[in-house]
Amino acid sequence: MVASLYGVKQAKKAIWIFLEQEGGKLEGVSLELLDKGRQMADNANWSLVGLLIGKDVSEIADEAFSYGADVVVLADDPLLDVFTVDAYTQVTYDAIMEHKPSVFLLGATPNGRDLAGRLAVRVRTGLNADCTNLNLDKKRGILVSEVTGFGGGIAALIEMQNHRPQMATVRPGVFPPGEPDKKRKGKVIKLPIKLEADTIKTKVVERVVGEGVDLTQVPALVVGGRGIEGDFGLMRELAGLIGGDVGATRPPVDDGYIERERQIGQTGVVCRPKVSINCGVSGAFHFVVGVQESDIVISINTDQEAPIFDFTDYCIVGDVFEIIPALTAALSSVKELAHG
Amino acid sequence: MANLHMVVCLKVVPKPEEIRVDKKTNRLERTDARSELNPPDMNAMEMALSIKERYGGKISILTMGPPYFEPLLRVGLAMGADHIYLLSDRDFGGADTLATTYTLAKGVEKIEGVDLIFCGEESSDGATGQVPPGLAEWLDFNQITMINNIELAPRKKTIRGRREIKAGHEILEVPLPAVVSVAVASNEPRFMDYRIKDWAFEEERMTVWSKDDLDVDAEYIGVSGSPTIVSDLAQAATRERKREFLTGTPEEIADKLKVILQDAL
Ligand SMILES: Cc1cc2nc3c(=O)[nH]c(=O)nc-3n(C[C@H](O)[C@H](O)[C@H](O)COP(=O)(O)OP(=O)(O)OC[C@H]3O[C@@H](n4cnc5c(N)ncnc54)[C@H](O)[C@@H]3O)c2cc1C
Ligand SMILES: Nc1ncnc2c1ncn2[C@@H]1O[C@H](COP(=O)(O)O)[C@@H](O)[C@H]1O
Repeated sequence: MVASLYGVKQAKKAIWIFLEQEGGKLEGVSLELLDKGRQMADNANWSLVGLLIGKDVSEIADEAFSYGADVVVLADDPLLDVFTVDAYTQVTYDAIMEHKPSVFLLGATPNGRDLAGRLAVRVRTGLNADCTNLNLDKKRGILVSEVTGFGGGIAALIEMQNHRPQMATVRPGVFPPGEPDKKRKGKVIKLPIKLEADTIKTKVVERVVGEGVDLTQVPALVVGGRGIEGDFGLMRELAGLIGGDVGATRPPVDDGYIERERQIGQTGVVCRPKVSINCGVSGAFHFVVGVQESDIVISINTDQEAPIFDFTDYCIVGDVFEIIPALTAALSSVKELAHG
Repeated sequence: MANLHMVVCLKVVPKPEEIRVDKKTNRLERTDARSELNPPDMNAMEMALSIKERYGGKISILTMGPPYFEPLLRVGLAMGADHIYLLSDRDFGGADTLATTYTLAKGVEKIEGVDLIFCGEESSDGATGQVPPGLAEWLDFNQITMINNIELAPRKKTIRGRREIKAGHEILEVPLPAVVSVAVASNEPRFMDYRIKDWAFEEERMTVWSKDDLDVDAEYIGVSGSPTIVSDLAQAATRERKREFLTGTPEEIADKLKVILQDAL
């Protein structure tokens, strides 16, 4: 059997979280992982460590402490200003080999996946990607990752016995964000940086980032599937009336009707709104995982047999183009009354 | 770059809609499912073909899997690739990402002289795009993942890939050799060219390598090279839903929904 660069005996009882930041702000998924990591660490009596990489980012450490980190390992260097997989893998590898954590968790964002995939091979360990739940078995010190697969409703529990660190990635929204405790403090450990500019082969030629949308925390979600034929105007109008936002299944995203960051599901985001309204969505399991944390699910589909109805509280067999305009009309009249 | 050598990693996957779950054993029944080429890999193939059309060079298909994948892989030849390398051995079976990327990397080394590897964004049977970066790491190649556009600078021997990120995009440049993964739906994969179908089925267009043909360490392949194990299969936690059907005219339904929404929000 292939061995990882360090084994169970050398591994420290610590859970590490890759703290992904953009422009000095921590990504939501990193906060979610900190909170989940805190729960697991408390339960097993382990420590929780955030790995923070960037340029002039030391101030973010306080935010990580307030969300549960005991320690922040800080790699601060001008060469780490924007993410490049070469530089970030090198620095992360150095940090990991120095501190030898037992568990290392990352958000399944584009950068998180790039880093995870390279790092796992470099340290010769396993990687459980896109987990839908995590548990630390405190007796055995083993991370049990849940991964949902085909066929709907089947979850595989995956673990590794002999390899360290135990690596896993988790999609944004899978875990709820915690409550920050501003009074919590922690310790910063500075990582010595041994990077040379010419070892970074990736050149960032152009980079434009927007604010981005965060659908994981919206109170109401209106989802358009293939059945709405690209008419997201209709969806937006309804979302506006109920103080929510618009999401989509994968086909309209692939067809270019709407931005990819609004894709809900296994390869999109997992949302936990009070209400989600699925319009013209068939209910593929890949999609359903993205809305099953909703308090209430409403679905509208012309096909009475659509699988989505199995995952729905209020099922409407009908045409989106009739039901939604009627609903927006009904809701607008309420508004007028209220403002009356 | 007439001698540009590209590899497209094609995976064969069971059709997702044909996989059943045995409710008694909680096991996945794949045996009845028909196979297909992983749909995202068609986008990878298309991108490689567009480079070949512009700059020349050749395209090799690389697959790890059982021999019965052959006819599907030949479709790739009929689309315009030049040769198939199939890595096939009982001992390759049961591989997780670490063992899969190791074996594919050994295949690339044996093919020799590879400049640019195209992968799909992810495989549809549950894996998650971790093969491309892992493959790049074993080979010490550069990488750009999830690109929807590529430009090759033949003299500089660099590529530029454009990828969508957070309400924006970035363009990254890396020197060859490199691995790229191609974003789903970033192009329209072509159909196979029936005029070259017979050519595509000629025997000599395909090479099958077993573990003895590759310079592999037995500890690194298949089950023994895979750190992760499935310890249990369970019913995924799903919430019980009311499944109440609302009926009436659109207006009546709208009124019912209004009440539900007002209560909930
Ligand atoms: C590896 C992998 C990952 C994936 N990840 C995701 C993911 O993260 N998110 C995701 O969404 N998908 C994902 N998919 C795709 C997923 O499997 C389904 O193909 C997709 O969710 C289907 O989208 P849909 O329901 O909008 O379209 P369809 O399945 O085509 O359903 C359209 C529905 O609209 C109904 N309809 C049509 N017209 C009307 C009308 N006028 N009024 C009302 N109803 C109407 C139809 O009856 C039908 O049920 C993934 C697939 C793979 C292979
Ligand atoms: N067994 C395999 N043979 C060839 N290519 C593969 C194999 N597994 C994965 N790939 C490639 O890696 C990509 C990403 O797969 P994955 O990391 O499994 O989601 C796929 O789209 C393929 O291009």
